[in-house]
Amino acid sequence: MVYIIALLSVIFLGLAALVVSRMAAVVKNVNGPVDEERIGLSNRINGALFLIFLVFGLVGVVWSFAHASNYFLPEASSPHGRRTDFLFWLSMGIITVAFFITNALLFVFSFRYQYRPGRKASYYPENHKLELIWTVIPAIVMALLVFTGWRAWRDIMSEAPADAQVVELVGKQFNWIARYPGVDDNKLGAYNYKLIDNNNDTGIDFSDPASFDDFTSTTELHIPVNKPVLLKIRARDVLHSVFIPHMRVKMDAVPGMPTRFWFIADKTTDQMRNELGNQDFGYEIACTEVCGRGHFSMRIRLIVEDEESWKKWCAEQKPLLTSYPEYASRIPENLKAKAAKYLPAVETATPSDSTTASTQQGGGVSVATTSLR
Amino acid sequence: MATVAQNTATLAHVEEHEHHEPHSFWRKYIFSEDHKTIAKQYLISGIFWSVVGISLSVMFRLQLGFPDMKLSFLRPILGSWIDETGKLDPDFYLALVTMHGTIMVFFVLTAGLSGTFSNFLIPLQVGARDMASGFLNMLSYWFFFLASVVMFVSLFFETGPAAGGWVVYPPLSALPQAHKGSEAGMTYWLVSMALFIVSQLLGGINYITTVINLRTRGMSFSKLPLTVWAFFLTAVLGLISFPVLLSAALLLIFDRSFGTSFYLSEIFIGGEALPNVGGSPILFQHLFWFLGHPEVYIVLLPALGMTSEIIATNARKPIFGYRAMIASMMGIAFLAFIVWAHHMFVTGMNPFLGSIFMFLTLIIAVPSAVKAFNYITTLWRGNIRFTPAMLFSIGLVSFFISGGLTGLILGNSALDIQLHDTYFVVAHFHLVMGAASAFGLLAGVYHWFPKMFGRMMNDKLGYIHFWLTFIGIYLVFFPMHYIGIAGFPRRYYAFTSYDFTKHIFSDMNSFISVAAIFTFAAQWIFVWNFVYSIFKGRKAPQNPWKSNTLEWTAPINPGHGNWPGEIPAVYRWPYDYSKPGAKDDFIPQNVPYSQTPESNLPHENELIPLEKEIEAQNLNDQFKQPH
Ligand code: HEM
Ligand SMILES: [Cu+2]
Ligand SMILES: [Cu+2]
Repeated sequence: MVYIIALLSVIFLGLAALVVSRMAAVVKNVNGPVDEERIGLSNRINGALFLIFLVFGLVGVVWSFAHASNYFLPEASSPHGRRTDFLFWLSMGIITVAFFITNALLFVFSFRYQYRPGRKASYYPENHKLELIWTVIPAIVMALLVFTGWRAWRDIMSEAPADAQVVELVGKQFNWIARYPGVDDNKLGAYNYKLIDNNNDTGIDFSDPASFDDFTSTTELHIPVNKPVLLKIRARDVLHSVFIPHMRVKMDAVPGMPTRFWFIADKTTDQMRNELGNQDFGYEIACTEVCGRGHFSMRIRLIVEDEESWKKWCAEQKPLLTSYPEYASRIPENLKAKAAKYLPAVETATPSDSTTASTQQGGGVSVATTSLR
Repeated sequence: MATVAQNTATLAHVEEHEHHEPHSFWRKYIFSEDHKTIAKQYLISGIFWSVVGISLSVMFRLQLGFPDMKLSFLRPILGSWIDETGKLDPDFYLALVTMHGTIMVFFVLTAGLSGTFSNFLIPLQVGARDMASGFLNMLSYWFFFLASVVMFVSLFFETGPAAGGWVVYPPLSALPQAHKGSEAGMTYWLVSMALFIVSQLLGGINYITTVINLRTRGMSFSKLPLTVWAFFLTAVLGLISFPVLLSAALLLIFDRSFGTSFYLSEIFIGGEALPNVGGSPILFQHLFWFLGHPEVYIVLLPALGMTSEIIATNARKPIFGYRAMIASMMGIAFLAFIVWAHHMFVTGMNPFLGSIFMFLTLIIAVPSAVKAFNYITTLWRGNIRFTPAMLFSIGLVSFFISGGLTGLILGNSALDIQLHDTYFVVAHFHLVMGAASAFGLLAGVYHWFPKMFGRMMNDKLGYIHFWLTFIGIYLVFFPMHYIGIAGFPRRYYAFTSYDFTKHIFSDMNSFISVAAIFTFAAQWIFVWNFVYSIFKGRKAPQNPWKSNTLEWTAPINPGHGNWPGEIPAVYRWPYDYSKPGAKDDFIPQNVPYSQTPESNLPHENELIPLEKEIEAQNLNDQFKQPH
């Protein structure tokens, strides 16, 4: 590729030199007599150039595609992704055919019907039959594509299966935070953005017992293979967008409006490593909605593993309440007993809680009703 | 900016040696109410902005193509945006991308293209003395000028210009604490856009009124050149959609400055929870794209209209399917309003809505396809003269097809999940909108230059300019499809953070950058040719392209009022090229059928008795109305 760049640069430079040298000559003629032969030679050259452009263009397209396709993403690791991959390449096939035909006609006609002295163009202002044909054919092809695409879309966007594993993914400048529903109740607790602070970075509301066992991770998102996973997505500050390229998953993270996307990962990270022959391979999650300075590096790793290792990993994670027992002060009296399990054996006195005390009255109520569509 | 105005003045000086009432220098060249002068003001401003806009893109292409390059040599221009190690600041990268998009879409391809050619061609082609209101027209330009100044100034702020992408989605754009690009730069962006919208509305009202009210005798809508049809529909689109952008911008201003919560809800930023609840960032996106999608056609339709004219003239053939062309433009104009949410498939919008918008979006592809086929058929069995304008028009058709086809993939919501906000989208819209419209603009300049300045541009330089640009643009944007298919997200400062982008395509990115710089360099041939020809170009004949439309019946340097005597009447459509039986291969619109018995079609002979009526028609001549 370096050579190609070098080669092209040389060609460009050559052309530029040509331009400059011609410029001088051309400029001299500028005020000369009107050149009646203008239509003669230059016209033939331009006509021929269209043909040459067509040939080189076609070769270039085919060659560059073959070259670039080495680096396309591998086949999707999710069933819905394979379905859209298929539709993508199907559509791509159809538009490629249209691309070649129409561009070829355009350039060939340009060449073929260039000016000849004495010839007269045909007066051919319309042909209703022809026009009807080329309105209807694209319409039919389009209808076909739309219909297949629509069915895929409908299925992808359908409600997640009831047994889907729920994980919450929260975007902030500039990283993702995964929140798990916890191993004991497997239920995400309520949250409230006003409860966010340095340690409680997703704003977990500990007045909801479901949140006692919730744990978070900012470096890795682990999910089980072959099991529907429902990502509940939200954003803390500005728009972000969850993008899992190998899963063909993308969904915006919107402050104030939780979104969701469910999918099944059916190849573990290890399987992919073997399949690609690359022991360093790892799934990744990126951000695709501009969110500021660090937008280009909002990475979190995605690890797909079999259910057993996944459960094991989950069990190893400490609930947030365990890591920061001071939040116990927010637990209502009647639930304290239930929470004891997650707290160090002897509960200490309530630590100071100044950062959130003031905000709590306002937000606490709306939390439980923050529901997903 | 002062120099720009200065230029305009000197340029315009070449023409108009006789005029009705003597005007002062200021009234004649600066605060002129003459549509031709205003058109030139728009054109020069557009060229100025395109140089700025493309220069910005060259800077960020350097960063993308050569991430390790020391950019210290840009220090004199960018100052502290280049750090000690010669690296570009990521915040400023976003500012560059944002300003590039804003400038190219609004200031170059909307104001520079529509502003120039709607102004210049509508009165000349419909046979009017001037725009319906010269004063509003002048006001329109000066609002645009003001918007330009505000936007230009914002480039030099210490915190930089706006930087949230040209779509300025809140909350990022609403919260100054979210990044530098949301501070003063964003305020100026909004003010500038508000002024710009006012300018567009004033212009649009004028275009529409002129087309409806000031057509000359005999110029029915079914005899209007496709250019005028395109300008007319464009103005309608703008008039309906720009106010929506204005309201979006106003609400954003309220959110930024007055503590409202239209777009803000449940935000924790900079260590504190904001009080705003109940707003929706998605609302902004709906409002923005309600303008945004029509806007892409506001940019493209005038280019398509001019191309129709140029292709017919230079293929020496009637445009194929004149009525179908009008119908498809109307179809596009209508459908353009009901497809906006295809930019929002993965925002969390109700999937059912997504389905609806997918269907509507793919319907719009049908009239687009019809137009492409009609262009190709117009070439078929023509007798083509490759003037530079013709070359650029053929190039436009190629870009329109190549870029439009990928729209079919993006319009399919299931496929858009993966491709949204990747380089695939960048490739799509740069080909179909950016390159195609830019080619329309260039084609228009080459074609109507003789009418604007009374001189010819140099053909040979035009050919060279075309081929270098045509090849260059394909080299820049075609590879972006591949990068997009590989999943590369757009608006990334660098691709080093992810395994899936880390070690691949860096040579492709360098290649694209080299091609971009090369293409930019080639544009100086045009600039040189343009400036040189204004002063030293070969003197133009009255009708250099042997064209049918009315502007070529006006004097070589049309004065105030365009035609010295009566405005010509119109008897036929604009596309009587190579009519069987006719002695020339063109018959201008102002030639009555009674003078061309040898070439008349049967139904046209029946129109001869009506010519008297046309001539007797009440003339919409502004000069004959009490001032
Ligand atoms: C054949 C008809 C077309 C279809 C079906 C189509 C479809 C689409 C879709 C679905 C998107 C959104 C992609 C995404 O963000 O994921 C898009 C983006 C875009 N299209 Fe088209 N398009 C068509 C023609 C055009 C034309 C004619 C223009 C301009 C004149 C245009 C300009 C744009 C622009 C500017 C964007 C990107 C805006 C942005 O995100 O910054 N498209 N197109
Ligand atoms: Cu981001
Ligand atoms: Cu659109």
